[in-house]
Amino acid sequence: MFLVIGSNMTEAHPVAATFLKNAVMKGARLIVVDPRRHKLVDFAERHVPIRVGSDIAFANSLMQVLIEEGLYDSAFVDSCTIDFDLLQEKVAGYPPEKAAEICGVSAETIRETARALASVKPLMLCYTLGITEHTCGRNNVVTLANLQMLLGNMGMECGGVNPLRGQNNVQGACDMGALPNVFPGYQKVVDADAREKFAQAWGVPGLPEQNGLMIPQMMEGLTNGRVRGFYIFGENLANTEPDIRKVEHELASAEFLVCQDIFPNETTRFAHVVLPAAAWSENDGTFTNSERRVSRVRTASNPPGEARPNWWIFREIARRMGHAWESDSAREIWDNEISVLAPQLCGIKYARLEGDGLQWPCPDEEHPGTCFLHRDGQFTCGLGIFTPADWTPPAEVPDEKYPLVLSTGRRLAHYHTRTQTGRCEGLNDILGEETADISLADARDLGVDNGEMIKVSSRRGEVTVRANVTREVPPGMVWMAFHFREACANWLTNPAFDPVTLTAEYKACAVRIDRIAAP
Amino acid sequence: MPTLSLNDRTVSFETGQTILEVAQQNDVVIPTLCHLKEAHATGGCRICVVEVAGSDQLLPACATPAGADMRILTDSPAVRTARKAIIEMMLAAGAHNCLLMDHPQSSWSESQLAIMEQPWHDKICPAHGDCRLQDLAIEYEVSVAGIDQKIDGHPLDDATPMIVRDYSRCIGCGRCIQACNEVQVNAAIPSPYGRREDHPNGWYPLVDYENCTHCGQCLQACPTGALFEKKAFGLATGSEAEKVRTTCPYCGVGCQQWLHVKDDRVIKVTAVEEGAPNLGRLCVKGRFGYDFIHSPERLTHPLIREGETFRKASWDEALDLVAEKFKQIRQLHGPDALAGVSCARSINEDSYQMQKLFRAVFKTNNIDHCART
Repeated sequence: MFLVIGSNMTEAHPVAATFLKNAVMKGARLIVVDPRRHKLVDFAERHVPIRVGSDIAFANSLMQVLIEEGLYDSAFVDSCTIDFDLLQEKVAGYPPEKAAEICGVSAETIRETARALASVKPLMLCYTLGITEHTCGRNNVVTLANLQMLLGNMGMECGGVNPLRGQNNVQGACDMGALPNVFPGYQKVVDADAREKFAQAWGVPGLPEQNGLMIPQMMEGLTNGRVRGFYIFGENLANTEPDIRKVEHELASAEFLVCQDIFPNETTRFAHVVLPAAAWSENDGTFTNSERRVSRVRTASNPPGEARPNWWIFREIARRMGHAWESDSAREIWDNEISVLAPQLCGIKYARLEGDGLQWPCPDEEHPGTCFLHRDGQFTCGLGIFTPADWTPPAEVPDEKYPLVLSTGRRLAHYHTRTQTGRCEGLNDILGEETADISLADARDLGVDNGEMIKVSSRRGEVTVRANVTREVPPGMVWMAFHFREACANWLTNPAFDPVTLTAEYKACAVRIDRIAAP
Repeated sequence: MPTLSLNDRTVSFETGQTILEVAQQNDVVIPTLCHLKEAHATGGCRICVVEVAGSDQLLPACATPAGADMRILTDSPAVRTARKAIIEMMLAAGAHNCLLMDHPQSSWSESQLAIMEQPWHDKICPAHGDCRLQDLAIEYEVSVAGIDQKIDGHPLDDATPMIVRDYSRCIGCGRCIQACNEVQVNAAIPSPYGRREDHPNGWYPLVDYENCTHCGQCLQACPTGALFEKKAFGLATGSEAEKVRTTCPYCGVGCQQWLHVKDDRVIKVTAVEEGAPNLGRLCVKGRFGYDFIHSPERLTHPLIREGETFRKASWDEALDLVAEKFKQIRQLHGPDALAGVSCARSINEDSYQMQKLFRAVFKTNNIDHCART
């Protein structure tokens, strides 16, 4: 059985969705929890259209029912987890009748869903950015983990809490320590032993002791002088971050901005130096996918002009600042540094990656890799800790002036700001412009025809965009993507962040729609 | 475990296996056209027929369960004759002239020349050198020269951006239907209504574009040149392009791809059949989103700002400037006045190098990427 929540898999992870659909065709069960009636709902036995941002109330209520009706896995809870009493206490505050008001679905739906989830094992839970891109994103994630621990669906094949990673190598970039708090392999920078290990490996006398800044803090730092030199590698922040006007002001404030990319884009406009990089198929290297599988990337053609591999550029800057780095190819970097320093990756060497890659943890060179984590309920920290959380509403909710909720995401034919897919023959013909997807009911109330140009505005900006009247979207919601600059949803989105992860609330802000044509 | 006789060799099998599966397990090659792994066997093309002692007709290996003590011949004269007839019938039903390409045009028949005038037939068939029908015609020594082919009257669907569906080369195997309905489960290629015999003018798997996601799984499944990539048309034939295995650069699934490379250009992408994690599947971006790398808009030189515009610079000049500026800022404002954003689309080795640069050289942990979005 599958529970897919906050994930439009058929568009954002299309090939993963095919395997899910195959399983359903062979008799597996599927429940989709999502405000939108997206394509995967066609395959579901149940679609629970909860309101945007009500996930915690919904999941807490499911758990309240599971506990009250004795449907949870008490053997797993007793032997593999702690703090069940805290969870029980917390979810007691979310009886279905109360959650129903928050979530906009009936109490009976919540009870029936809870019973369905408890009726089959294993249950695989998949989520995507519908869960994380909220001011309560971190709490959303731990709440789903609570649910799966309560159901005893951890540490088994086809179980678990499975985030479908948005970018091809976002897993890998994390594994590599491109994060302000950890070295490669998630070794903490505040840990003196870890610092000593890396200082020695890198031949430097010491390493910085404090956690660094996260992206939103960096951006703010540009305007208050805390950050002066800013280096952006392969990100089009001017289109991807919430509230484009604010972001562009921040980028323009940089004392010295370096952009390293393969195309000029909206962000490179603000650069002082632009460095041309080799693209995807012009490098040897590795990507790590959502299932922690390290796979090879191989050179198919040469980079144009003087574009060079990114690792070479970083090495050259290090050299100019007095550091001679030995590794002189992606393979040497991986085999001689990364796989030596990151314990999870020690057994992964290029020579072992010729076929289908290897899934970490892979501690030694005889190890076959690890298909799923927490086997037999053995969690990384020992016992699974229930971490109950309360529901909180989005930072900005609809009001009289801005009566609709804008939620955003990705569409099938394009990727992010279209720097790449926009330059592939044919893809613009499949999808050539942004639309604002609205419900039949709202279209009728507003007098908007399908295909009509409308104005969508929030407290931060406005865009002119074509209305797409669709049954996918519930009344009260506007849904847009960020593929096209002029009608990019990020002119409207709210730069309100989860307090722990600093992930922005791309999935909920308040907007209004106005007709452009005279009524 | 039960056994049977396969070309006079005794082999064991598991109950429920088809004759084809038993043969494949024992390295006995039986040709297939309509058979698509992962989909149910239709037995539609009958190219996989074998002789089974006691049966008065040849049986399709893909759809016939292996039975205990069966005596099977996979390459007997009767089998070869039957297969040859099927290949001749398939060639006659369409506009195939690839096997004449090596002959001077003066030796071609009128009808062969007429094929050249059909749309998308002015260049050699896009499947040439990588076509199951062509392989079989060669293997079974079937010549197109003497066959009266049905050249026109086939539908042609070339109005969508990515895929040309030239039904004059369709052999009616139905693999595209199964790829769409059973592998990708998009239900965009409905099976033509009724039996094949009910379609005297041709049994064509036409597309319902309401449901089509342009994933191209039908392309991947097509054993001939009936379905082909519009933007790759005429760029290379089967053996001309080198195939390089790589990982898709878009979402987090990590699909395995073959990049077809000719003259330092990627001209086509196909899925690695059986490769994990995607097992031969791709989506519209994975299959068609490759040519950005050859865009004339690529950055090709380091650029340094001069007022409102940029000027070209050498690597030495640009890198010296970057190192100098960062050193200066660090000296005046401390290492934490530097910050960097790495790229979740680029290779692991790049992210590793960038965080190493920030930590070991710049002496700050101000390094992040879009991990949490």
